[in-house]
Amino acid sequence: MNIHEYQAKQLFKAYGIQVADGTLATTVDEVAVAYEAFGGVCAVKAQVHVGGRGKAGGVKIVKTVEEARAAAETILGMDIKGHVVHKVYVEQGADIAREAYLSVLLDRSAKNVGYIASADGGMDIEEVAASTPERILRFGSNDRSFPEASAREYAGQLFENESVVDAVVDVMERIFKLYLEKDAQLIEINPLILSGSGEIIALDGKMSFDDNALYRQEDLLSLRDMDEEDANEIDAKGKGLSFIQLDGDIGCMVNGAGLAMATMDMINLFGGEPANFLDVGGSSNPEKVVDAFKYILSSGRVKAVLINIFGGITRCDDIAKGILAAFEQMDIDMPVVVRLAGTNAEEGKALLEGSSLIPATTLSEAVKKAIKLGKGKAA
Amino acid sequence: MSILVDENTKLLVQGITGRDGSFHAGQMIEYGTRVVAGCTPGKGGQDVHGVPVYNTVQEAVDATGANVTVIYVPAKFAPGAMREAMEANIPLIICITEGVPINDMVDIYHGVRARGLHLIGPNCPGCISPGKAKVGIMPGNIHLPGKIGVISRSGTLTYEIVYALSNLGIGQSTCVGIGGDPIVGTNPRDLLPLFENDPDTEAVVLVGEIGGDEEELTAEWMKDNFTKPAFAYIVGASAPKGKRMGHAGAIVSGNAGTAESKVAAFEAVGVSVAKTIDEVAEMVKTQLGQGLE
Repeated sequence: MNIHEYQAKQLFKAYGIQVADGTLATTVDEVAVAYEAFGGVCAVKAQVHVGGRGKAGGVKIVKTVEEARAAAETILGMDIKGHVVHKVYVEQGADIAREAYLSVLLDRSAKNVGYIASADGGMDIEEVAASTPERILRFGSNDRSFPEASAREYAGQLFENESVVDAVVDVMERIFKLYLEKDAQLIEINPLILSGSGEIIALDGKMSFDDNALYRQEDLLSLRDMDEEDANEIDAKGKGLSFIQLDGDIGCMVNGAGLAMATMDMINLFGGEPANFLDVGGSSNPEKVVDAFKYILSSGRVKAVLINIFGGITRCDDIAKGILAAFEQMDIDMPVVVRLAGTNAEEGKALLEGSSLIPATTLSEAVKKAIKLGKGKAA
Repeated sequence: MSILVDENTKLLVQGITGRDGSFHAGQMIEYGTRVVAGCTPGKGGQDVHGVPVYNTVQEAVDATGANVTVIYVPAKFAPGAMREAMEANIPLIICITEGVPINDMVDIYHGVRARGLHLIGPNCPGCISPGKAKVGIMPGNIHLPGKIGVISRSGTLTYEIVYALSNLGIGQSTCVGIGGDPIVGTNPRDLLPLFENDPDTEAVVLVGEIGGDEEELTAEWMKDNFTKPAFAYIVGASAPKGKRMGHAGAIVSGNAGTAESKVAAFEAVGVSVAKTIDEVAEMVKTQLGQGLE
């Protein structure tokens, strides 16, 4: 789960990390009021769950209320990489003496909490990593405690002044605590600035959280912004399904993420286009299959449905019962190809006998049939 | 021979009284696995399929000498179940449960290693040495005893690969589903030495997915350390990009993580990479010829 900059900064503040004062606004008038409360130099920043908003024109520095209004008019409603801006954060300007980059995240290779730091703050860190990898500093925890010695060493490579290094190490320790206590997957501060008066301030903030841990982070759930997420995808997750809408016309229902990806790869390989990724998960009950059909058909573009189940913990007879229930409850007027193998496959096939479903024995046969039937319907 | 599980496996089933635990305990017994104990807190003294149930893992180990445990408990309780197995020093812990928080896994990963134990999973199908023992949720009847080792990050995809191999008469020594989570207890680099040293394994099939850099690291390791023929299949070339916000996550592994990067890494060290499931099996058959049954 991702959250907005203004929400990340509330968490930063709660963990004792200094941020600039700011106000959330959703209209031009609110922006004007927020600006007037601060005065001077402010930033008007689009709040969207996507990187590169600065380059896209979603961040403007303003010096008068007229400029603040003009910025709000431009930014509110702007489309940044498919994300429409509904909210802006009006933030008091900071006097920047030096910028750095800092993030804490899961280091999959080391299987531990890792840090990335760079003196090239305020820039696209992926570009820095690609063009000048030597300017990217990495270190991490070896034992799940804060790696203070490394933190001090690397902070010393970003800043010279001893008291500034102390302040940066302090921020590193605070984001470490935040990362662990809130089950974050990424906390990124870009830029982390040294102000003219010697303060270390998080001028931007990005956070994402481990979805598997949300059950024990109930206070975070209120931070979820449904405008930023595909309602179907979130809804499906709540029902134990993993669903991602794609652009093609072959609907897919598969058990297991790997097999779902393999099925999509194969549809592409044989000249078709998958309409979605859908993993019905393990331990499926028939009701899940009915729900899965609803999501698959929701785009209105699906010309054929391919159901590929290789039963393990999922039992094919449960799936078959679900398919029959879906046909009873819904108006499904496109060809549905079903391939059942593994646990209780024979019981599942027996249940489907005599129905209008099109059986297939292997995955490649099922994929070819679905593509052919999908094209037949289009013609 | 085989690796990890065989006729000497004495299996404990954690969560044996639940719907999945009970069903799969029955399936494993039917396959011929020696299931010696079950464990569910508060349900000690019962029995499931004739297997005695204990309240704690330690009691179960003390009473039965269980040397492998398989965990079928809901995600909220899975970290506790893994820690309990770890504290009882069970040499091989297999966690089927999906949805375990990453922070718990970081902790458990290092805890298990510090004790010199093996953890497979979580979010995995388990492992099977066909004809000897099945520990997990894979359908037993698609497997055939033989000489190919299989290592996979996916569950059901592994079944497809195995099914394709078996249909061509190519049997398996041991198939291990290591799990699809960002942090799993056992990586391919932990298993390849075991297959390298197993005289009955003639070749290995690796099934990978996009994300992370484990395949790239595996390929690098194989260059100097693995002498048997190896085959790979990577899924996810068609997956949509940018479903994750964390661009900082991507730079940890540089360009690693894409299907192209993984395929290139394997091909660079002489591993044959297939484009479809059927092609994996055909490649094994063509390159190793007959005599694999």
